[in-house]
Amino acid sequence: MTKLDAKIPEGPLAEKWTKYKASAKLVNPANKKKLDVIVVGTGLAGAGAASSLGELGYQVKNFCFQDTPRRAHSVAAQGGINATKNYKNDGDSIYRLFYDMIKGGDYRSREANVYRAAEVSNDVIDHFTAMGVPFARDYGGNLDNRSFGGVQVSRTFYAKGQTGQQCLLGTYSSLNRQISQGTVTMYPRREMLELVIINGKTRGIITRNLITGEIERHSAHAVVLATGGYGTIYYLSTLAVNSNPSAAWKAHKKGAFFANPSFIQIHPTSIPQLNEYQSKLTLMSESLRNDGRIWVPKKKDDKRVANDIPEDERDYYLERRYPAFGNLVPRDVASRAAKERCDAGYGVGKTGLAVYLDFRDAIKKQGEKAIEAKYGNLFELCRIITGINPYKDPMHIYPAGHYTMGGLWVDYNLMTTIPGLFSIGESNFSDHGANRLGASALMQASGDGYFILPYTISNYLADDIKTPRISTDNQEFEDAEKSVKERLEKLVSINGTQTATSFHKRLGEIMWNYCGMSRNEEGLKKAKQMLKELKDEFWTDLIIPSDLNDVNQELEKAGRVADYFEVADLMVDDALNRTESCGAHYREESQTPEGEALRDDKNFSYVAAWEYTGELKPYKLHKEELKFVDVEVKERSYK
Amino acid sequence: MKLTLKIWRQKNADAKGKFVTYDFDGASPDMSFLEMLDAMNTKLIKARIDPVAFDHDCREGICGACGMYINGHPHGPGKAITTCHLSMREFKDGDTIYVEPWRAKAFPVVKDLIVDRTAFDKIQIAGGFISTNVGSAPDSHAIPVEKRKADEAFDSAVCIGCGACVAACKNASAMLFVSAKISQLALLPQGRIEATERVQAMVNKMDELGFGNCSNTGACEAECPKEISLVNIARLNREFYFAKIQ
Amino acid sequence: MDKFLGSSVTKKFVMAIAGLFIILFLLVHLGINFLLLIEDPVPFNSAAHFMASNVVVKVFEVVLMAGFLIHMIWGVVLQIQNWVARPKRYKRTSSSQTSFFSKYMIYLGIIIGVFLFIHFMNFYFVKLGWVEGDHENFYRMANDLFQLPLYIVIYLVSFLFLAFHLHHAFQSAFQTLGLNHNKYTPVIKGIGLIYSIVVPLGFSIIPIVIYFFK
Repeated sequence: MTKLDAKIPEGPLAEKWTKYKASAKLVNPANKKKLDVIVVGTGLAGAGAASSLGELGYQVKNFCFQDTPRRAHSVAAQGGINATKNYKNDGDSIYRLFYDMIKGGDYRSREANVYRAAEVSNDVIDHFTAMGVPFARDYGGNLDNRSFGGVQVSRTFYAKGQTGQQCLLGTYSSLNRQISQGTVTMYPRREMLELVIINGKTRGIITRNLITGEIERHSAHAVVLATGGYGTIYYLSTLAVNSNPSAAWKAHKKGAFFANPSFIQIHPTSIPQLNEYQSKLTLMSESLRNDGRIWVPKKKDDKRVANDIPEDERDYYLERRYPAFGNLVPRDVASRAAKERCDAGYGVGKTGLAVYLDFRDAIKKQGEKAIEAKYGNLFELCRIITGINPYKDPMHIYPAGHYTMGGLWVDYNLMTTIPGLFSIGESNFSDHGANRLGASALMQASGDGYFILPYTISNYLADDIKTPRISTDNQEFEDAEKSVKERLEKLVSINGTQTATSFHKRLGEIMWNYCGMSRNEEGLKKAKQMLKELKDEFWTDLIIPSDLNDVNQELEKAGRVADYFEVADLMVDDALNRTESCGAHYREESQTPEGEALRDDKNFSYVAAWEYTGELKPYKLHKEELKFVDVEVKERSYK
Repeated sequence: MKLTLKIWRQKNADAKGKFVTYDFDGASPDMSFLEMLDAMNTKLIKARIDPVAFDHDCREGICGACGMYINGHPHGPGKAITTCHLSMREFKDGDTIYVEPWRAKAFPVVKDLIVDRTAFDKIQIAGGFISTNVGSAPDSHAIPVEKRKADEAFDSAVCIGCGACVAACKNASAMLFVSAKISQLALLPQGRIEATERVQAMVNKMDELGFGNCSNTGACEAECPKEISLVNIARLNREFYFAKIQ
Repeated sequence: MDKFLGSSVTKKFVMAIAGLFIILFLLVHLGINFLLLIEDPVPFNSAAHFMASNVVVKVFEVVLMAGFLIHMIWGVVLQIQNWVARPKRYKRTSSSQTSFFSKYMIYLGIIIGVFLFIHFMNFYFVKLGWVEGDHENFYRMANDLFQLPLYIVIYLVSFLFLAFHLHHAFQSAFQTLGLNHNKYTPVIKGIGLIYSIVVPLGFSIIPIVIYFFK
């Protein structure tokens, strides 16, 4: 049995990272040139890592499945990025951000990692500013901040509703600079389909060229996965439709433990599903809850137009249930409350699966101009997609799958349980516990890529300087390539009648219904059985027209859906195992008399890291006990 | 909705393409254009016909992956939207819709409606960045930036690199794209340091890649999903002249 | 070719400068043309003589002719490059909103070029002595030409096309020179619109007046 060792440095929390950096092993510049690093993914974490490793002098190979690195899904983050600059003089500090993240994550994250993420947040903002990211500024020429996600300080830096885009394009520009200098080689339109391990160390990957269909071998001294999350497991989510966990999953099957797979954040304010063909749910930034009021009619099945329903017949259920935080409760709480109302029959819209987000009062108080300045682009987006004009009628919103706190288990070095395989950004599990706070995803991804990984990977590579460039003629590459080809051929040879997307939709429905916003043992067990049946159907009735040596988008989808069946199975196992409610994971069996989530710290204060033991064999659970030294574990109440 | 779709089909970069007509009656007004294509592709797949290949990803108008030339407009009719945001409400029952890939020498067709836009990356690699290493940044407030300029830089920076400007331009010019990046970095004090080299390097690369010349027709601005202004092109010109006479 | 003509932006700069120079010259030319409306041939002929003999004007003449040539050659080169940049055309032609005449500049330019050639045959080449004619009395020659209905029609059509050409050219030249500003560009566009109507109209009035009233 592999024993989990998080390798957290000794010493007081605030000094761990400083001490680590001071004592980490280094690689001299002449040797760096001889070392190859593969980075998969070009989001904030991936492109950040690739460019900073390139600056250090390593030879980096950077991969993405999109046509250009600038399209990685970090681009879609709207709200902002946190940093503890305390420019507002409102009492912010590294410790305060650390504390907010630990509490927001419902005490299921690792103290040392979270503290480090908060610690490097200021460097991230400085670096972005230096790279020309046009953050919002005030009239004095200084950076502006806003408050975000129900915290008590204003520490969120933003660029209108497009912070992710601006940060990503900044990162893309630093990546371009390294490409121009020859330290980074870019491989776009490549999908990683296998990990290659030689003598127990990660030494490369197998990719498919999505244009020619060619299966390619790429070797390196270490591999970094920055491949994002698996939110599209619900099919409909706020993610890009091609986002997928396949790379991480291949790594998992090669020995990397997968941690807390059931921790998946459901974002409360997305545009609801309008039709059965819908391919994605568009997020409406959380910032809307600063001024919008969420409500449903007090009467069931009220068919009146929203504006015809008088004030006393409206149920502002968040304000009613959580008077202290009101509409600004954290995401998981807001999502569950919406689901509760809709399940009880008070939902609005064609499907009854929506609640109102109303700006009537805000417009009355502040005027349409002020509201437009704050949310103009979001209102316009809503109008384009739904035809509803939010200046006149309330928006319809409903929760949607958004962000995965779970991911590959990593130690303090951000290394997985396979030596030489690192995981950064959303693809790892470490910083957000059971629930992520707003504006901390960009922060963590950038921190990992720019400021943490370069130190920890050097510490690892320092022991590898004598290893010459890895040849791709090794038997291990041969075998990996063979297994990839066999699997692709198996997929195209099924020759059934149903499309990959139709399976994905059905898979998503099962997961949304039984392993979504609220879960119970019976449902999870049922889901497990349904998943098994659907998986069997997939492997006997899938259809992929066109061949392997060409652009074949159906083949791409099918490969990802095939992996999703396995991810889903593990997710359900993890949800079954964790009989407590915590953060985004809500087990109906574990609730307070008022219906709030009830944590079980005695039995579940651990990270569940799952080991793959073989096809159709049960996953093996490893527990990393969580110790809280610097915060007091408390009930998370927003009443 | 019943539609007649005339779609450009081309097996790969070397193949000769042609328009293929599809009669499709499975569209509904609350679909997006891409969802309509998804539905049509499902029908094709079930008939064991190679589905229409097109680039797409975020489907919320920010990644810049999608892009088709629909009835004479990049991203179709409708102002300031990407193809993924184009709603079928814009069309009527019985409409004939022409769907073509971006056409430009610098954007060769890869397959069907997918084109190769790496030329854009190459222009950015030529100089679309500020040379600052990780760890070397001063505090963000060390250099204040006039709000007006910061806002203007942001307006230029929202470009999503979709290529609609090139597709719309009768000359297949990339000036709007290039000028947006030049402007963003030229407006910020951090970017001024390298402004002279940057504008020359990027313009030279743009020329080398076979984009056409700008003749100020304004089609790019009219079709840009992010409403990037022609003011940027004028700024690029200015930057270029000043760089040349230095 | 690009080595000699410079980058795309440089070429456009040269086009714009040459174009603006021609625009300026057109005003002078129009002013002199108005003298045709006077019964007395002396003012016009002496103006023509001045233009033909003054040293300063001579220098400008060389520059102007270079301007015409450059504007035409560069224009053709740019256009060929533009065609090459889109080897495969769209089936459905563009319905994007544009500066309307911008799409037809090369064709308008060619028509204007043809007129210019005729015009040179009639006057400028005569002055240079390349073509036979009475270069001491351009007043007479102009009045004679404006008695020919076919010539007047060609003349009027050419100036209509010149108006179209100028409509895009005026503001486009400023944009190319980098002079675009949220506040001032509408003013430039306004002046351009007035110029592109008034100047060709001024030129067009002259033959009409001569034909009908003289």
